[in-house]
Amino acid sequence: MTMPFYVPPEQLIKDRAEFARKGIARGRSIVIVEYADGVLLMGENPSGSLHKLGEIYDRVAFAGVGRFSEFEALRVAGIRYADLKGYSYGRADVSGKGLANAYSQTLGQIFTHEVKPYEVEVMVAEIGLDRAATQMYRVQYDGTLRDVERFGAMGGSEEQLTERLGEAVDGLTDLPETVRIAAAAIEDVEGNGIEPSGWEAAVLDRTAGRRTFRRLDPAEIEAARHSG
Amino acid sequence: MSGEDWPGGSSPLPLDSGLPEASFLSLLESRGLAPRWAPLGPVDALDLPEGTTVLALRYSDGVVMAGDRRATSGNVIAHKRVQKVFAADDRSAVAISGTAGMAVELIKLFQTELEHYEKIEGTRLSLEGKANYLARMVRGHLPLAFQGLVVVPLFCGYDEEESTGRLYSYDVVGGRYEEQDYATTGSGGAEAKSFLKASYRSGLDEDDALHLGVEALVAAAEEDSATGGPDLRRGIYPNVVTVTAGGYVVVAEERIAAIAADVVEHRP
Repeated sequence: MTMPFYVPPEQLIKDRAEFARKGIARGRSIVIVEYADGVLLMGENPSGSLHKLGEIYDRVAFAGVGRFSEFEALRVAGIRYADLKGYSYGRADVSGKGLANAYSQTLGQIFTHEVKPYEVEVMVAEIGLDRAATQMYRVQYDGTLRDVERFGAMGGSEEQLTERLGEAVDGLTDLPETVRIAAAAIEDVEGNGIEPSGWEAAVLDRTAGRRTFRRLDPAEIEAARHSG
Repeated sequence: MSGEDWPGGSSPLPLDSGLPEASFLSLLESRGLAPRWAPLGPVDALDLPEGTTVLALRYSDGVVMAGDRRATSGNVIAHKRVQKVFAADDRSAVAISGTAGMAVELIKLFQTELEHYEKIEGTRLSLEGKANYLARMVRGHLPLAFQGLVVVPLFCGYDEEESTGRLYSYDVVGGRYEEQDYATTGSGGAEAKSFLKASYRSGLDEDDALHLGVEALVAAAEEDSATGGPDLRRGIYPNVVTVTAGGYVVVAEERIAAIAADVVEHRP
């Protein structure tokens, strides 16, 4: 009878974490910045149709980095989770926190139980009727759930981006100014010369109607970057 | 990972739940949550509230949809301020007649379905697609219709590909019929339709279309006791919406109040 090699749990977790981190580091990063009327999500994405940002519910948005097929499955699952909850109870009962928790549980479970951990990180943003109710969460490949305050980044260049945003973000600014700050930080860290159509950006806008999620089109991003 | 793999119950996220399509109804069914009604006998004795007259008509910019506010059970006026016209999504509207409780649930499911599809696929269903889906939902109701719980919707919207407003009427078996200029349903529907037949002309502007819609409801209310006319004293007016290239808009109540007052004053 052959004995399986003993692998200490510390080593197992370390190996899996390293595998997941490597996969995530290969992709482009996403930044999230709170602005005067809501939350801006922005990143470089050469594809116009394979989105990294998405609408989950009236006031809840999603962002994912890493392996597309995996965070896309999480996005769709998030929409199902939210629509089921909103249909069964009421629209006001769908919260970003509940969804972030569900992502955290699911990613944690996949990290330890599946053959391969997911090579993704996701963010969940939720805006309320006033600024105080804005909530942003970040869920890592192993299910670690963190609060994000004011601004944050995830992906390969997370640390440099967070540092760069820390220097640039000063108080709440309007949308064009915030787009400028976010775009400048991304270009600084990930390289200049991103085409107008190479951006993906979306907002949760408190001043919009029931559904607050809106994508920014290339023209709007360009106009914002060259204003002021 | 399916729900069964999750220790101690189902996973909090419906991840990979084996659903090939972006359908909310399939999701509900897979989780055993789809609304199911199985009345044990004829429901006539229950005296359930019934929604009555709704109509839609085309005009130069799109479509107008309007509904009276009355719900009746037998000869009793059950509700005076019922809403029968709803946004299906940002580019279409749906109105209901028939057993009110069933119809409202059907609309809620339809709205959720359209939004669910739009979010998952990143694009709205075509107007034709929405109309067909609604037909499927009505057809699913057929066994209940035989027991007296009839739901008949009316659907309209702005077709972005053709740049025109379009109307669809339905029957209880889920038959879907595209209408050219106007469509009505409900107990006062026949009366509203004959009024529209006499008064409709193509190329109406918005003011005329709103006026015509309200007047058709008033005409129906004059002949059909289950249809509520505008109640100027209590401030009860029809629900009227428009759907154009700019999207779904609820017409302000003050505007409808002014039109209703004018219509009532000038009725023969």
